Amino acid sequence: MIDALPLAAVPPEDEALRTEVRQFLSEALAGVPAEIRAHSWMGFDAEFSRALGRRGWLGITLPKEYGGGGRSPFARFVLVEEFLAWGAPVSAHWIADRQSAPLILRYGTESQKHFHIPPICRGESFFCIGMSEPGSGSDLASVKTRATRTSDGWRLSGQKIWTTNAYRSQYMIALVRTSGTAEDRHRGLTQFIVDLSLPGITIRPIEDLAGGRHFCEVFFDDVALPDDALVGQEGEGWSQVTAELAFERSGPERLYSSVVLLDTWIAELRARGADDRDSRALVGRLVANLSVLRALSLSITAKLSRGESPVVEAALVKDMGTEIEQLTPTLIADAIGRTPDAPVSASLVRALAFVTQMAPSFSLRGGTREILRGMIARGLGLR
Amino acid sequence: MTDNVLADSIDALLEDSCPAEVVRAIEQGGSPARLWQTLADSGFADALVPEDAGGAGLSLRDALPILSACGRVVLPVPFAQTMLVRGFLAASGVTPPPGPATFAIADAGGGEHDIVCSRVTHATTSDWVLVQSGTHCRLLPTAAARLESPGVHGSLEAGLTWGPPPADAIRIANDADWHAIGACVFAAQMAGSMSRVFDLTLRYANDRVQFGRSIGKFQAIQHQVSVMAEHVAASRMAAEIGADSTSWQPSPLAAAIAKSRTSEAVPTVTAIAHAVHGAIGITAEYDLQLHTRRLHEWRLAFGSESYWHDRIGRAVVESRDASTAGFIVDRVFASSRTDRTTTE
Repeated sequence: MIDALPLAAVPPEDEALRTEVRQFLSEALAGVPAEIRAHSWMGFDAEFSRALGRRGWLGITLPKEYGGGGRSPFARFVLVEEFLAWGAPVSAHWIADRQSAPLILRYGTESQKHFHIPPICRGESFFCIGMSEPGSGSDLASVKTRATRTSDGWRLSGQKIWTTNAYRSQYMIALVRTSGTAEDRHRGLTQFIVDLSLPGITIRPIEDLAGGRHFCEVFFDDVALPDDALVGQEGEGWSQVTAELAFERSGPERLYSSVVLLDTWIAELRARGADDRDSRALVGRLVANLSVLRALSLSITAKLSRGESPVVEAALVKDMGTEIEQLTPTLIADAIGRTPDAPVSASLVRALAFVTQMAPSFSLRGGTREILRGMIARGLGLR
Repeated sequence: MTDNVLADSIDALLEDSCPAEVVRAIEQGGSPARLWQTLADSGFADALVPEDAGGAGLSLRDALPILSACGRVVLPVPFAQTMLVRGFLAASGVTPPPGPATFAIADAGGGEHDIVCSRVTHATTSDWVLVQSGTHCRLLPTAAARLESPGVHGSLEAGLTWGPPPADAIRIANDADWHAIGACVFAAQMAGSMSRVFDLTLRYANDRVQFGRSIGKFQAIQHQVSVMAEHVAASRMAAEIGADSTSWQPSPLAAAIAKSRTSEAVPTVTAIAHAVHGAIGITAEYDLQLHTRRLHEWRLAFGSESYWHDRIGRAVVESRDASTAGFIVDRVFASSRTDRTTTE
């Protein structure tokens, strides 16, 4: 069954971060147009990530001995909520901060932790996730990329695809097969930290439908990996990947991806007097849904902070959150088109077009809608 | 821990005293007196009355399990409303009379002398109605009103019209937002009822066999039940937001979020429940209809989702907050930023 999700609140010491973050963002993002901020957590700016690192806002939940902030998941919730609210370009450090560094902290060796985590916290080391392959999307356990043991390490061959930011990251954490065949499913999979500068690696960005370049194909042609590229236990890759999912699926980024567009539209509504009841009601509908989703996300954060792994509850929040994220451009477009002769700013038009075009990805990335609903059904005991 | 003890004891009380047969009997005109007496004896009706006035002195936040439990058994008497009426009267220095009491807002332009309330929830099982009319509330006996039943099968709602009230009728200056109080109370009851609807549906999906296996083994059914689980989880959280107050009454904005989200969930939750149940769900004999009929009524009580969406949207637009997230953090959850900790 699905656990109760009690209303939680951010502890005052973490809530106190908010004022400082808002002050910083209001200066750092002054003058950045809506259509750029609307990229939300897909906006890439390495210098901005380093600036966050200098302020101690990357790896804030990681131990201080590795350069982290030693704070609770609530502190990260506040930071991320504000980054998304303002449309800060957080993509460069996003994966490393959210899941790679926590994974290395949990499963890595002491030397891996000391090597990788401090530069992540400084915003100098960016990570991508090597999961999908041309033949393995939702059916992730069927991956064919293979690492074979050698006398002093591993040889890696195969291909990953849809790898966000591969061409501008230093490392990939790849899920690959180290024994058996695709028929062995969850057995025989292992995670490696792959240095993307190694010989034999070819990375090609794939242009997306909005003209952007973020996801990539990555080819491994007999790449020599050192022994210490392996993270965690050989053959335990599947359970390690699964443990990341509650972190990956429940954060504020699963409900706030379209808020910059919403705010841009509301600003124009205000400017023309907001006398139209249908538009006001739409604002209310989206804000009501976002408020409830925010409370659910925070409730899951409270569970994570107690060391629980609410994977099913996280799936539930992500499925609902992405639905609202996708409804937002659809309904705003209709609201704008309701008065075809009223002027609309070019910035709003561009932000709306961008979010509309990218919205289908919201319920693909991090597990498709259908996979999530299957997980919820299993959690309910139906499967 | 206190929360769970309270929730367990109110659940046990209501499950024992109000099984589905009792709901059916009262809906069909049976007397609610025995059920009411059991509930009155429990003392929960004074949950929101301050301790120095003889009550339990609970906050609305603490009392939420009682409100939700009333919905879980689709209680046919206005126990949840009575708690709020008694809380209001006690806070106003008036000793509440015994008996079930509901509340309503007088129709605009109800006539020069008459007081008209065209849709009063639980009108047929209430002794009293606290009627808000402009800047005042009056506690009026239901027996003195002309009752107009809407003629809806099994409904407990009715229109009530009182002639000019006697000079000595209890009249209290009102500073409460009764739309918001109604929103909070019915959001909680809807969340409770939808939780039960979900339990019934999940059990049925596991028990019912077609094509040689439980229908819950089919992916098409699984995904519908998953969507239902999402709406029920959101509704329960919405009810928590609505009741998240340290006093006896809710914050209007929080109540707006609560009622709009639970009302929004009703069409989807009831539709999936009936789709999964098939024909048995349409029968009078099976309990699902006791919930779904009431949920459709409660969706409208004290404002449907559109009414509240407009109120929330107006608050956002008028706030001049630069961002939606800022509005949510600083206004919707303003109280939780100051008076709540996460470690309870």
